[in-house]
Amino acid sequence: MENKSVQELQDVVIRFSGDSGDGMQLTGTLFSDTSALLGNGISTFPDYPAEIRAPQGTVAGVSGFQVHFGNRRALNPGDYCDVLVAMNPAALKANRKWLKAGATVILDGDSLTEEHLKKAGFATLDPLAELKLDDYNVVIPDITTLTREALKETGLDNKAVVKCKNMFALGICFWLFDRPEAHAHKYLDGKFAKKNPLIAEANKLAIKAGYDYAANTHQFANHYTVAPAQLEKGTYRSISGNVATAWGLCAAAEKAGLPLFCGSYPITPATVILEELAKRKDLGVKTVQAEDEIAGICTAIGAAFAGNFAVTTTSGPGLSLKSEALGLAVMTELPLVVVDVQRGGPSTGLPTKTEQSDLQQALYGRNGECPVIVVAASSPSDCFHYAFEAGRLAMEHMTPVVLLTDGFIANGSEPWRIPSMKDYPAICPPIVDQAPEGGFMPYVRNEKLARGWAFPGKVGLEHRVGGLEKDAVKGSISHDPANHQQMVATRAAKVAKVADYIPAQTVYGDEEGDLLVVGWGGTRGHLQNAVDELRSEGKRVSLCHFNYISPLPKGVGEIFAKFRRIVVCELNEGQFAGYLRQHFQEFRYEQFNKCEGLPFTVVELKQKFESLLAE
Amino acid sequence: MADYKYTPADFKSDQEVRWCPGCGDHGILNAVQRALPEIADLTDTPHNLFTFVSGIGCSSRFIYYMKTFGFHSVHGRANAVATGVKVANPKLAVWVTTGDGDSLAIGGNHFIHAIRRNVDLNVILFNNEIYGLTKGQYSPTSKLGKITKTSPYGTVEKPFNPGELVIGAKGTFFARSIDMEVALSKECLIAAAQHKGMSVVEMMQNCVIFNDKTHAAFAADKATRAERTITLRHGEKMLFGADRNKGLVFENMKLKVVTVGEEGYTLDDVLTHDAHERDTTLHSMLAAMKYPDYPVALGVIRSVEDDAVYDRAVERQVEEVKAASKIRSVDDLLRSGATWEVE
Repeated sequence: MENKSVQELQDVVIRFSGDSGDGMQLTGTLFSDTSALLGNGISTFPDYPAEIRAPQGTVAGVSGFQVHFGNRRALNPGDYCDVLVAMNPAALKANRKWLKAGATVILDGDSLTEEHLKKAGFATLDPLAELKLDDYNVVIPDITTLTREALKETGLDNKAVVKCKNMFALGICFWLFDRPEAHAHKYLDGKFAKKNPLIAEANKLAIKAGYDYAANTHQFANHYTVAPAQLEKGTYRSISGNVATAWGLCAAAEKAGLPLFCGSYPITPATVILEELAKRKDLGVKTVQAEDEIAGICTAIGAAFAGNFAVTTTSGPGLSLKSEALGLAVMTELPLVVVDVQRGGPSTGLPTKTEQSDLQQALYGRNGECPVIVVAASSPSDCFHYAFEAGRLAMEHMTPVVLLTDGFIANGSEPWRIPSMKDYPAICPPIVDQAPEGGFMPYVRNEKLARGWAFPGKVGLEHRVGGLEKDAVKGSISHDPANHQQMVATRAAKVAKVADYIPAQTVYGDEEGDLLVVGWGGTRGHLQNAVDELRSEGKRVSLCHFNYISPLPKGVGEIFAKFRRIVVCELNEGQFAGYLRQHFQEFRYEQFNKCEGLPFTVVELKQKFESLLAE
Repeated sequence: MADYKYTPADFKSDQEVRWCPGCGDHGILNAVQRALPEIADLTDTPHNLFTFVSGIGCSSRFIYYMKTFGFHSVHGRANAVATGVKVANPKLAVWVTTGDGDSLAIGGNHFIHAIRRNVDLNVILFNNEIYGLTKGQYSPTSKLGKITKTSPYGTVEKPFNPGELVIGAKGTFFARSIDMEVALSKECLIAAAQHKGMSVVEMMQNCVIFNDKTHAAFAADKATRAERTITLRHGEKMLFGADRNKGLVFENMKLKVVTVGEEGYTLDDVLTHDAHERDTTLHSMLAAMKYPDYPVALGVIRSVEDDAVYDRAVERQVEEVKAASKIRSVDDLLRSGATWEVE
């Protein structure tokens, strides 16, 4: 083996792409987990089609997984890639626009057939010329042939052998970036050891073959190292937003001392939360895979009435179906967390793509004056914290909470310093155990305006609640005009009062300046990176990012007042900007909006901010 | 058997009952409040465990008149809400009061899936073949051709028979009574309470305002009921009529009404009711019987014990996994799987 030069890099973005059946999600996950174990900062972004097996070889069927790893905490999965692994011409074509200048492209040479090129929509047999890749480092190993060669002794049939070609590509990347194979081996053993150990061995052989191929040929000019990130001391793990959400809900149940109940219906991109909670019977979690979205929330409401910490998980279309029942939870003043993992809409829209366009639905999408608490998570790992917060607020304030995440942070993953549950507060719902003198009145309130929670089964606390308007004290049915006015005001005041129990709004960067970037939810990583870059250039830019949406935290007006301009950035057509205009009419808001089913890029954000600064 | 010494008064709330005078619901409320003291003793269920859940409709006001835990939900969702209540706390005795619109139209999906799962709920289905609370539109059980406000020229859609629907969904318990027959209703409710798994009691209920006498052809008065209904009891011959000389026989793959002592039919030819038979065929045929071809079947038509009771199965699985797992707290969970140290 020749001694190649070893370069040290600060951070690298790799995009693995191929047909949706090529195993690119697994390949990317194994690479990112391996890098996380080496101590790199990581952020990942799976980008896959809605079809399980989309038409093979077509641009529409390309599935991608982007990994950003580096020697700092990575806040976003990177706009453009340093390395593109393309398992066929369609993958190359689909991802051409995401290449950094001079990037390395690894393309399966066996896929360069007339048939494949045609399917991918190339006009000629020279895709490199068509895509103007002259100035790029394009390497074209015959990945399929090489994998077949490496696995010929295994006795596996051709179909099984070809399935291992993604591991050959992984092996190449392992060599390129000096990664050990141990984690991938462990994973493959765990996955196939019982079912079919031969498959595990074949995959390991393919990784080794890819690694050796990269080491032994002269095709790659360099290989690289990326130093571990300077992360805070502690025990770390890699976590995705959906799993973090599920675990945060478990944590809230534990801190409240109540069983967790989840009634849900499968829907992309939220399903993993239900899948994860179904595994958590070890923590006493009960899950009902309901017959529809409505039954999902209704079983949860029943469980909340019966004294469980109840949740339902969904995406935008499901939230639409749940809206009547969500009103019932508002009326009966029961704790409930509704998780909406937002995706592109309206209607079925873009099921596998990200968007932030359910904000107004979460805030207002019900009949009547129907306020709920709305909270948004802003990164894969902080889904844990905000799921916990959603649970705390629901149970202590006796109200439904909508927790907004999105497809980007739900599917993305990052290293996470594992918290200790002793650092989380106890959750103290207003549970009633004994009837006070004169009998239990279900709508008598505490200082938070929360009513008492009396579970069926408790002696002497028999009471009736429901969707009809309630007498302000007794809780019996009331059609009295003044009573209705009072109850409408009380339900609004109860949610408004939550502002006393959440942290005040903060600003990232200086407290005054020329431009305040405002965002909410899953865009935080990109916004912060863009702001960081401009600040390092000396620009007077700060970031005000929101996790608590309804009610808004205290201190917002004071922050806004100290900036010359305000720009609200969100992946919709201006829903949060409109909300801010309603609450803080004294300020002028610029907007930066995008509805492409994709996250912001740091590049486009910087351009926008620079132009606003220049005006 | 427990001895709680409850009386019907212990289950009556202080709310004024607001159904129309002459409404069949009064009879059903009466039967439930009379049955509960016995049910409490027979099933060893103290007062504080009874929980009533309803949807929307006249039937769903029921919960406000019961001095028990009660939840008045939204239209069609009673069975879904009740499933959540029962799964969250299987110790509760969960009752659902619902109607033909609530459970067979807007809530049809939840109804059949609760049956499929065999959740241990006791569902009282008030069937008056009309939407009463919205003032008289046809329902999924209205007879073909029924003239109502939304079918001024008569309906052109066939009705569901709730019994066939329940048994078709492999329900484990189905009984039928008439609002005026308080004693029979009580008998059916007690059997439903004792059944483990989902039980449905269909109450043929009269809406005096919008669908008066809809069941009158077989239910008008005692004499009519004797001739035009048959009350089934497990282990007893399927006999009916004022003189109890009419019976059901099974001939040419069909049920047939015969008179004992005529045309060569003897008592031995008359079927004996087996409510515990797992096969649904005969139960479905009995539930489907319509006057005038047949007497309408009342009583417990089907009562089959099945180990697969959803709420208990969920709880059992949680206990089994808990016992076998190393993960006992969220701290354990967070540290499970691949982790690494940063020094």
